[in-house]
Amino acid sequence: MDSVFLLLIGLAIFAGGYLIYSRYLGRRVFQLSAAFRTPAHEKKDGVDYVPTNKFVLWGHHFTSVAGAAPIVGPAVAVIWGWLPAFLWVTIGTVFFAGMHDLGALWASERNKGRSIGALASRYIGRRGSYVFLLVIALLLLMVIAAFAVVIKNLLIGNPSAVIPAWGAIPVAALIGVAVYRFRWNLGAVTIVGVVALYALIFIGDNVPVVLPDPILGMSPATFWIVALFLYAGIASLLPVWLLLQPRDYINGVQLFIGLALLFVGTLIAGIFFDNGFVAPMINTAVPDGTPAIWPLLFVTIACGAISGFHGAVASGTTSKQLDKEPDARFVGYFGAVGEGMLALGAILATTAGIQSVERWNEIYSAFNEGGVNAFVEGGGNIIEMGLGLPASLSVTVLATMAVLFAATTMDTGVRLLRFVFQEAGEIVGLKINTIVGTVLVLVVCMALVFSQGIDGSGGLTIWPLFGTTNQLLASLTLIIVSIMLIRKRRNFLVALIPLTLVFVAAFWAAIVQLGTFWNGGVDTNWLLLIIDILIIIAAVWVAAEGIVAMVRSGKEPEEEHDSDLMDHVTGTIPTADRR
Amino acid sequence: MSSSRWAAFLRGLNEFYAGPYRATLARAQRDEDDHFMLVVLAESLGVPDPAAYHTVELLPAVYEDFHAWHTRIGMDRSPLDHISCC
Repeated sequence: MDSVFLLLIGLAIFAGGYLIYSRYLGRRVFQLSAAFRTPAHEKKDGVDYVPTNKFVLWGHHFTSVAGAAPIVGPAVAVIWGWLPAFLWVTIGTVFFAGMHDLGALWASERNKGRSIGALASRYIGRRGSYVFLLVIALLLLMVIAAFAVVIKNLLIGNPSAVIPAWGAIPVAALIGVAVYRFRWNLGAVTIVGVVALYALIFIGDNVPVVLPDPILGMSPATFWIVALFLYAGIASLLPVWLLLQPRDYINGVQLFIGLALLFVGTLIAGIFFDNGFVAPMINTAVPDGTPAIWPLLFVTIACGAISGFHGAVASGTTSKQLDKEPDARFVGYFGAVGEGMLALGAILATTAGIQSVERWNEIYSAFNEGGVNAFVEGGGNIIEMGLGLPASLSVTVLATMAVLFAATTMDTGVRLLRFVFQEAGEIVGLKINTIVGTVLVLVVCMALVFSQGIDGSGGLTIWPLFGTTNQLLASLTLIIVSIMLIRKRRNFLVALIPLTLVFVAAFWAAIVQLGTFWNGGVDTNWLLLIIDILIIIAAVWVAAEGIVAMVRSGKEPEEEHDSDLMDHVTGTIPTADRR
Repeated sequence: MSSSRWAAFLRGLNEFYAGPYRATLARAQRDEDDHFMLVVLAESLGVPDPAAYHTVELLPAVYEDFHAWHTRIGMDRSPLDHISCC
């Protein structure tokens, strides 16, 4: 029953955050105005800049930012007990993530839909944009490497997910062909696609695939990782309409179904079957080798509390499609709330869904052991208890959901990192073509994954570094938002306080991790040590540039109140609502 | 659900499907059109084209996009004497 209370309290905090705090942010701090001509209207071209219905845009934003990270992070972090994870997810979503995502969207809106990278060069200086490129490259590298390992673990831990996870690829391709080649009705295609996906889950549940050891001279772990990278490479080169687009779409639909199953399951299981926590509220007996809760909790749960990646999405594509500026509150802030809800679901699954205290202690016997498999097991139990789905089937549903999430993020990541490499190549005067770029990305990522051994353990070791890098990117975005608010002489503390906390936690974590990678002898983990040093350098750089820029903008004369309200086409400031 | 609501829902669904990749697809379409333009104009540009007899019939179909095409590929003025669009 206590899990139901936690769910309800969590949802109430999110609702309060959206209804009260985001309203304050929207009205007083960002002063969202219906009279502002958004880039979607100003530069409307039917391609990049398209005014979009706010519910649809929220769907786009939410599904682009929700990957496996809001599941993996909390599922690892509950090792410190459920309360710290819960507090950080709820408070983080309300005061950090929501503010950050809304702020990033607003900042981009008021700068003609430019991305955070471009804003960094405008507000922090040219060097600021180089840090951005470095941080985003590191981030993508880590996402690709870590998710390859996450998926591999899922496929080995849940053999029943193998058929639906790979079967989703032809289903997606068929949807793509049906929509683009045959022009079939999307509603009907969607229903058939979802039914096909769940039929595959049913088949997979009855026909689990366990790979022989060795397979093609590799262990199953190595084989899956190589197969995943091959897939991601091919997927990133295929025309988007054939695979990526329908795949992202069907995953979006699946995401909503999965979340609904999980929450309704938790409610029914808690109310009617008295399902409660098996995990301690605060775990004082953490296993040996678990890092201290401060600052590691704050970087372990990155997505779901605050995530720099959201800023990249918000300012990259979302800001170009915002119909009216006040919609930013729903799309940006509520987008973060959506991800917070996913993180809350992950916390409940891994603390109330596991059947016994013994089993929980067994899973959480070491740091980084819990992860997404614990989510699948616990969530499966909750769905079984609450909705009466057979245990193995519910586990397969969640495992497939997690695999599909991670896989779409992975292949998009390969595509994006290729762009970053090509952009970096252009800076040094090197032209990298698509195939070479893709191969380069795959080689670098595989080197990272296999750096700790042939089983691919290198991928997950870098997970805490993902959190650190991600928070660093969030800091960069918050610096920009703070500077804009300082220049307008508005309440910049709403951005500066989260910025300081997040930055200090990320920087501290990077320093702490330095000690774990450097053992002074043969055990030194050189690769992670170098990446960590790079992160620390980037962090110092961001801090220095940020402080200088903020002090400078504090001294500058106040920006005219409605200077960026000006209509760039007519050169006038609208006096009344256009709509 | 009334039919207008249903139609609005389907429109939203289509938008949800197409939105994230609209720009990418539009770019791919433009690249394809550029190649098509090149094939149609091959003979006029001095590339021997055994199918010129057929492609010449397609000229009217590409006239409208000609100006956008030659400016996009970096030529301020029309490269062809017999098509003076600007």
